[in-house]
Amino acid sequence: MANDNTKRPGREKGEILLEMRDLKIEGESDDIWHPIIKGINLTLRRGEVLGLIGESGAGKSTLGIAAMGFARPGCRFTGGSIVFDGIDMLKTSEEEKRKLRGSRISYVAQSAAAAFNPAHRLIDQTIETETQHGIRDSKSAVADAVDLYGRLRLPDPTTIGERYPHQVSGGQLQRVMTAMAITCRPDLIIFDEPTTALDVTTQVEVLASIRSIVEEFNTAAIYITHDLAVVAQMADRIMVLRHGKLVEESPTREMLSAPKEEYTKSLWAVRGLAKPEAHSDDTILSIEHVDAAYGNADKILDDVSVRIPRGRTVAVVGESGSGKSTLARVVTGLLPPSKGRVLFNGEPLPPALGQRDKEMLRRIQMIYQSPDTALNPRHRIYDVIGRPLNFYHGLTGPKLEQRIVDLLKMIELDESFIDRLPSEISGGQKQRVCIARALAAEPELIICDEVTSALDQIVQEEILKLLLRLQAEFDISYMFITHDIATVRAIADEIVVMNQGKVVEQGTKTEVLSPPYPAYTELLLSSVPEMDPDWLNNLLQKRQVKSE
Amino acid sequence: MLAARDAMHPILRTVLQRLALGLLTLFIVSVVISSLVEMLPGNFAKRILGQAATPETVAAFEKEIGLDKPALERYFVWVGDVVTGEFGSSFTSRVGYQRKVADLITPRLKNTLFLASMTAVIAVPLALFLGILAALYRNSWFDRMVNSATLTTISMPEFFMAYVLMLFLAVIWQIFPSLASVDHDTPLWERIYRCTLPALTLTLVIVAHMMRMTRAAIINLLASPYIEMARLKGMSKSRVIMRHALPNAWAPIVNVIAFNLAYLIVGVVVVEVVFTYPGIGQLMVDAVRTKDMPVVQACALIFAATYILLNLTADIISIATNPRLLHPR
Repeated sequence: MANDNTKRPGREKGEILLEMRDLKIEGESDDIWHPIIKGINLTLRRGEVLGLIGESGAGKSTLGIAAMGFARPGCRFTGGSIVFDGIDMLKTSEEEKRKLRGSRISYVAQSAAAAFNPAHRLIDQTIETETQHGIRDSKSAVADAVDLYGRLRLPDPTTIGERYPHQVSGGQLQRVMTAMAITCRPDLIIFDEPTTALDVTTQVEVLASIRSIVEEFNTAAIYITHDLAVVAQMADRIMVLRHGKLVEESPTREMLSAPKEEYTKSLWAVRGLAKPEAHSDDTILSIEHVDAAYGNADKILDDVSVRIPRGRTVAVVGESGSGKSTLARVVTGLLPPSKGRVLFNGEPLPPALGQRDKEMLRRIQMIYQSPDTALNPRHRIYDVIGRPLNFYHGLTGPKLEQRIVDLLKMIELDESFIDRLPSEISGGQKQRVCIARALAAEPELIICDEVTSALDQIVQEEILKLLLRLQAEFDISYMFITHDIATVRAIADEIVVMNQGKVVEQGTKTEVLSPPYPAYTELLLSSVPEMDPDWLNNLLQKRQVKSE
Repeated sequence: MLAARDAMHPILRTVLQRLALGLLTLFIVSVVISSLVEMLPGNFAKRILGQAATPETVAAFEKEIGLDKPALERYFVWVGDVVTGEFGSSFTSRVGYQRKVADLITPRLKNTLFLASMTAVIAVPLALFLGILAALYRNSWFDRMVNSATLTTISMPEFFMAYVLMLFLAVIWQIFPSLASVDHDTPLWERIYRCTLPALTLTLVIVAHMMRMTRAAIINLLASPYIEMARLKGMSKSRVIMRHALPNAWAPIVNVIAFNLAYLIVGVVVVEVVFTYPGIGQLMVDAVRTKDMPVVQACALIFAATYILLNLTADIISIATNPRLLHPR
């Protein structure tokens, strides 16, 4: 790999391995069958990596596992054909398909933590496919698994298999799953968003592992993701899907340099959003030397100090477990700090929620990561937005209704939404309603906890633009918690980098995002995938040079 | 997670905690039982003596059985009796003819435990087997048949089930005896033979719960990503259920099993009466009728202890089948 960093090493492409013709799949909801895949043609050659990209609901996952002749419960094949190495997957018997699965076509799932059985040791799950398909006896299978663990650079390859899934980290689990997928030396591996649930620094290692193993065994692969930059590192060819249809298909470099379709271009455009930074010396919130812990456990926050200027956005960046959400819980009073204090407009805030009066509660509001779980499914939009209006401002009757309509306008939804239930609107619209609920209190500070990470890229852009517009209109300050650097570029004035409960760096966006970096910031920033298909090669080479 | 920080294994720690809690519960139950008995209206001595109840005989009798002492003192005497395992003396004792409650209860309890174990040995494996098969072939004719059959048996009153079985298996085809009268001399095989009908009746009553919970717990897990993963690894249907679903389904199943086993000990008085089986349920009913309060109290305490012990066991098994607790990080 290292001797060729301008071009992906040439890979042998053999004869056609998988061919789908005019494939149609339907899914059932509320007793009605809806088309999910609406006639897709797909060809994959031996040794080729095909990227499938699209938003959630585009049908990429359904299409991926269809290659195994598998339709999830509640889905059915309604037309077309899938031919894998001369075998018609839609006509062959269930028993024949079962024999192919795992041995000749294997699957790597999105969340390794959920896809491993919590009741069994990793090694038993890794070799299960081989022993059950009668490919190898368990002794040589274990030896092979240990060898694969080593190649995937897992720590302690000889003993890690003795552990249970909850005893290893997410990134390690994802690599064990990759090892599990390769044990039978399959012809084809389906990677279904294998790094989506991982932090960026972990993602780099898993991507490198997956790529090296695919190249080493010359396995064909379908790589499913919604992240363009990731697919650019992995795939020879990319298919863009939308609403179960093919939008565009071309080799990776061609697709990146010259996307043809409007939709494809719009996927690219999101990453360009960047807000010019602004400063303010007027402090609205100041967190001073705060320690916090849950129960008697170890400290989650360790001497954290953060300043949030009025009318500005401070992005709190860090990986999972860095303490950023805990910081939000301290500010809102859900978790009283064990040391230090929080000043709001120069006045110390009572540490616990119960000690704060209504007026203090009103001035700090929160928006959550998942709008699906943050809205009561039985409350209509009227109740969702009306409740804080009534609670904080005492509005009732026609006045309340008028204010709700005004707020809906502010979040660019029309008044017909007032009687709907959360289940009747889209994910992006739900997040808008959550924003309106926070706005209803007329707060001075809004804490946004990963508010865009559950949304598709185009919807993310819309939500970020909305938040920026509202900030300009009402002079609201945001504490914006995120792990996504693209989002930070789009919205932040200042950045706080957190790692293991400590603040690593704090400053304006330009200061933090330009060198010199503290070591952790550099690791974090360099791990964010870029659209350049050579990014991963270059990064790995750079890191190797450094470590030598 | 907190427990993991200590040197003691978290499972051992939890077990000890639950055991302590169980003892506390038992203590509270003993207080409740004594208070309830205390609150019962009427004079025991008068009731028991009947027509012979003159003020002198009543006073003498009360003195003899200790009823003349204050309630609190009697409670502690009783607790002391319980701790020694004797449970005090029955009200039917007379001078020179002591009847220890323990002596009354022990043979009856043994009979009840025998019937309960015999039923459990049939019912639990049967319920698990049917539940697993129903989950494996869910929505098939087999699944539907098992479901409706078990629902039918659970919907009928147990005395009715008992009489139906008796009619067919004892009267029309004379395979089993209709009365399950046993005493301590009855040999084991004879005992099993005579207990067949009551055991079958009880099996039909409890199998439905356990079978349906087994089926539901397994099916509930079939939507998990690791089950889909097992399928996509090409595992056979039975392996997916037995190896991937069942080990994660024990907690709810074991809880229902414990509940039904407790019922086998404390709730079978109707079946005992129908088959005239000398179990502890009948003893308690008789004791209530004759106002023999020490026996009633002892039975109530044994029943409470049964519930506590079985639920404790279920809790421990649920914890022990959770790998997160069994193998802490």
